[in-house]
Amino acid sequence: MLGRTASSLFWMSRYQERAQNTSKILETAYRSAMVPQSGQTENGEWLNALETAGAAAAYEFNIGEVSPKGVMNYLIFDRNNPSSVRVCIETARNNARAVRTAITSELWEAINTTHLEFADVNPQSLTPDKIPDFLAWISQRSHLFRGSLLNTTLRDDGYFFSQFGTFVERADNTARVLNTRYWVLLPDNDVIGDDDFERPQWSDILRTLSGKRSYRFAYPNAKLKAYNIAEFLILRKEMPRALAHCYDWIDDTAKDMAQFYDTTEVSLGLAEEIYSSLQKMTMREIFDIGLNDFLTEFRTRNNNFANQLSHDFNFA
Amino acid sequence: MTEEQAFFNEMQDAAGNPRAAYTALANWLKDQPPNLLKKKSREAETIFRRLGITFAVYGAEDSGERLIPFDPIPRILSASEWRKLSAGIDQRVRALNAFLHDIYHRQEIIRAGRIPAELILQNDAFLPEMVGFAPARKVYSHIIGTDLVRVAENEFYVLEDNTRTPSGVSYMLENRETMMRLFPDLFQMHRVAPVEKYPDLLRQTLESVGPDQAKSDQTIVVLTPGIYNSAYFEHAFLADSMGVQLVEGPDLFVENGRVFMRTTRAPQQVDVIYRRIDDAFLDPLTFNPESMLGVPGIFDAYRAGNVTICNAPGTGIADDKAIYAYVPEIIEFYTGQKPILNNVPTWHCSRPDDLAYVLDNLEDIVVKEVHGSGGYGMLIGPTASKKEIATFRKILENNPSNYIAQPTLALSACPTHVASGVAPRHVDLRPFVLVGDKVRITPGGLTRVALKKGSLVVNSSQGGGTKDTWVLED
Repeated sequence: MLGRTASSLFWMSRYQERAQNTSKILETAYRSAMVPQSGQTENGEWLNALETAGAAAAYEFNIGEVSPKGVMNYLIFDRNNPSSVRVCIETARNNARAVRTAITSELWEAINTTHLEFADVNPQSLTPDKIPDFLAWISQRSHLFRGSLLNTTLRDDGYFFSQFGTFVERADNTARVLNTRYWVLLPDNDVIGDDDFERPQWSDILRTLSGKRSYRFAYPNAKLKAYNIAEFLILRKEMPRALAHCYDWIDDTAKDMAQFYDTTEVSLGLAEEIYSSLQKMTMREIFDIGLNDFLTEFRTRNNNFANQLSHDFNFA
Repeated sequence: MTEEQAFFNEMQDAAGNPRAAYTALANWLKDQPPNLLKKKSREAETIFRRLGITFAVYGAEDSGERLIPFDPIPRILSASEWRKLSAGIDQRVRALNAFLHDIYHRQEIIRAGRIPAELILQNDAFLPEMVGFAPARKVYSHIIGTDLVRVAENEFYVLEDNTRTPSGVSYMLENRETMMRLFPDLFQMHRVAPVEKYPDLLRQTLESVGPDQAKSDQTIVVLTPGIYNSAYFEHAFLADSMGVQLVEGPDLFVENGRVFMRTTRAPQQVDVIYRRIDDAFLDPLTFNPESMLGVPGIFDAYRAGNVTICNAPGTGIADDKAIYAYVPEIIEFYTGQKPILNNVPTWHCSRPDDLAYVLDNLEDIVVKEVHGSGGYGMLIGPTASKKEIATFRKILENNPSNYIAQPTLALSACPTHVASGVAPRHVDLRPFVLVGDKVRITPGGLTRVALKKGSLVVNSSQGGGTKDTWVLED
């Protein structure tokens, strides 16, 4: 396989995943902006959405004042925002187009149709009542992409590079979501002393990572608790957006790759190392290290893995 | 004579009776509900868009990706018409390849005085770098699209030979797939020769000219300029249907006189390159040093016989518009036979007498740039305004040797779906020919249709559409 093909498959998946993550962040902001909460700054949810998407500084520089419409437009439609949903969908599609021969027609049609339909949407026509459906549509299209990838793609190196892209992006997103408001997850900060008090930010975090329902199943007898939520999203590999889940996939994929290429490249070893450290750790240890430090460190390691992968397999 | 009879109508004769090959189709068309074609056209458009069968238009205002309009009514050729056409094409592509070998070697045709030396030696399309080098099997132009037009029952003319990197074959294949989905009943009523073997034949052709014929599995690649090229879809389509890699220049490199591709494993040697980039961009070390699309050193690897490039560099001389007029000579010189297919009579504006005639008759003729393509920079006298003609006259007078002229041909017309129903529209035909260990001609081709009433410009860049082309079997 060409190095360029590997690169395109990797980035196609990353951008498709990023489009979905951004839409989930907005879904959450949209919802919590409707629920009155005491002691909240004006447009705090929208500022938080920008921060979670890693776009706050760029927004301030390019747009300025934070407003619901402004943030929505910047994160969904703005061509100058390199992580807007529009740019993600276009970039995913251009990468797919560059390797049209390396993906199945089902996968191509999923990506291409998303691109075509998105391009037809007039941002002006997207009135507030239509936003939830539109954001849900973006998620659905991403699920169609994943479904096509899983159900139609030959399990060869192309498939492996696509998987790496998805889970590197997803792990980074989860770590970012957690880190943006890590302090609300610190058990020691929970000084209110009332076990029944559930912070609204906890629901937001779970919702952004599509984990609100599954949390209740994973912790049947527990209320929302900072400790549990952090554990759920970091260490529980049965949670599809948890860091451990992402690295479970990445490690499996790395093993398949090692077998497929009959090689032991550095990146494949790194994947195993990151996964096994997540397996061994407990939440107690993570809180001892410091949640913020742990998450920052994790993002760096995740990034190093991606860089090493592209180095090992000759793609930029 | 009414306007309707001023051209050859392929479906029906002057009395309005359907011709033999079209009988079943004509009857079928009569029986269809009025909105069927409209509905089917829309379905076809959805299919094309979903599959990403698009092309880019250069210089268009909204230069995004477009669909080439697809006309759902097939163009039909009878078995006997096809036999004559394919014999003529076969003769022509053999002669042109022999011509290419000759002018890059002994130049017998110049010695024999059949073609003026300066027409070849001073032609930009003649590559001195190719002199003395013989590609595998002495084949230069492996993939050719011969442009034909029809003016009467048995009268076809060759308009252009397209010996460099002809495009459009993916439309021939996708149009057929789409038609089979839209109109299964029509296929049951006709014995249509299949075109689907083209990608296999292309692969066999490319393999047959690999540098090392003893090698059992040769690595073939399609070299594309990338996703912004107007024919990118086709490049991807052909690579995919042949089961070979689609590469861009930076994916390849040259080491020890051999060409390799950068893969996720060790570098892999490449044997045959079906390139879809122009000569000038092929190798920045040999040709255009500014080229970002090519592969440094690839020409040396080629001359060392370690890789085959299809089509060979320097084949452009064979479809140069200045050489075109000599193709009948070329055929006679190399095959000893009379040409089966005729050329369109051509005036060379570089010759004073011809220029004078052209300037006197601009209203009635077609003037083209010698090196132009795609319908850009041409004048169609009969449909041009006085002002356009006046402007063009000045351009022509300033640089006459850059132009040739031809009479306006009354292109044949085929039934086409238009707003008011079904009406005749002018068409041309590009069959696709492969030359390797043998000549392979796929029965069919790309029919381009001028969708505007009375228009003779069929180029997709100028608003033309395409049709599926059926060759009936006996």
